[in-house]
Amino acid sequence: MKIEFGGIILAARTIVPFGPQHPVLPEPIHLKLELEDEIVVGALPQIGYVHRGLEGLVDKKDINQLIYVCERVCGICSHQHSMCYCETIEKLCNIEVPERAKYLRTIWAELHRVHSHLLWLGLFADAFGYESLFMQTWRVREKTVDIMEKTAGTRIIISVNVVGGVRRDLDDNMITELKDYTKEMKGVFEKFKKAFGDDKAIINRTQGIGVITAEQMIELGGVGPTLRGSGVKQDCRLLPDVGAYKNLTFEPIVENGGDCYARMMVRMRETIQANELIEEAVNKLPAGPINVDVKPKPEGEQISRIEQPRGELMYYIRGNGTKNLDRLRIRTPTFSNIPPLLKMLPGCQMADVPVIVLTIDPCISCTER
Amino acid sequence: MVFGMLGQIIKNFFTGYATRLYPFEQRKLYENLRGELKIHIDKCTFCMVCEKRCPADAIEVDRKEGIWTLNPSRCILCNVCVEDCKYDALYMDNHWRAPYTENKSISFKGTPPKKKGEE
Repeated sequence: MKIEFGGIILAARTIVPFGPQHPVLPEPIHLKLELEDEIVVGALPQIGYVHRGLEGLVDKKDINQLIYVCERVCGICSHQHSMCYCETIEKLCNIEVPERAKYLRTIWAELHRVHSHLLWLGLFADAFGYESLFMQTWRVREKTVDIMEKTAGTRIIISVNVVGGVRRDLDDNMITELKDYTKEMKGVFEKFKKAFGDDKAIINRTQGIGVITAEQMIELGGVGPTLRGSGVKQDCRLLPDVGAYKNLTFEPIVENGGDCYARMMVRMRETIQANELIEEAVNKLPAGPINVDVKPKPEGEQISRIEQPRGELMYYIRGNGTKNLDRLRIRTPTFSNIPPLLKMLPGCQMADVPVIVLTIDPCISCTER
Repeated sequence: MVFGMLGQIIKNFFTGYATRLYPFEQRKLYENLRGELKIHIDKCTFCMVCEKRCPADAIEVDRKEGIWTLNPSRCILCNVCVEDCKYDALYMDNHWRAPYTENKSISFKGTPPKKKGEE
């Protein structure tokens, strides 16, 4: 509401704080929203609530112990962090990983993608009050986490990667259970796709909200499903040296809407695609050793990238020829997706802000390790 | 839409429970589960490899007295010590540790290795 006095505008905007505590956010981020009469005009982000200084542990831990530190950067997408770290060191020291280890890493990575997208779908349904769908998605997620417990030993932070391969193998019982799981989940995910995609209430709350075009996304540097929801076909799983994806039939999933509905459908279809990738990888699993015995002493610099459930993850490593690294730098996808978020917010109503903030899938503990 | 909902309501009268009736019906523990770290102290030779490899600094080995100490609050159940122990002294139990109120370390006493020159 504008307050004018003698031609001078005294007050036109209010500032409303969003976060760091909010029922919709999985992790704390603070946004100062500038409002003019219920319409958002601008936003100012502030991060730093969960900074733990994990990159500084490079001085105290050696290369093999840093795998377990890297895993604990994020509690949702943790396997891809340790996989990217191990792949960077293997590239730097020219270590050849056996084929069976690549397939096993891919199977666990796709299971992580399924559990992360199901978690996000549940939170998204909760953001507009649809709590029974929230409960149903998390109930199905429990079955995914049970499979990870049966095959790897713990529920989410599974600690299977080691420099040179993996530490655990799948025996015949586990392979049968994985096949039963993928068969059961096909029907369940199709029902979810109908429940999310065809529901009139969800369509009303998500279509046309938070629109951003492909050129704006590329200019601002968005990654992951947020980018693919605007029509840009970019996915790190197309790179030739990531896991075993080059041997599986994989096509990135792209939607052309640019709004919240398109981003939600990208993640829903990626869950279905991940289920099919797991089934294909289990059928094609080659026999052989699962790791090579190496004592890495890396020297020089190396970068490697991998596709996390939220986007492109990049690791930079510098070694000096000893068992300790010189420098480790992690660039996570949510950090790249915050500028597009600030572009999506102006023009929406205040009640749409939780939906738009959730649509980039914020994982703030990755952003500020 | 009304018929779909009515059909689901009538079906719900005849299907069983969607959840387990805990505590009368419990899910069985899987064999691979990493629950708690334990040691067969008579097989331990106090070579100190587990202390060097632990990422969380949870194990302390006193070679002279022959005492192996574990701080269970620091242990992250990563299984590195179990895999690297050449004498198969360490193993993971698949039961979770019960809730506790004090942060105490657990010690085991074994026979220390003999020094060279001694009998």
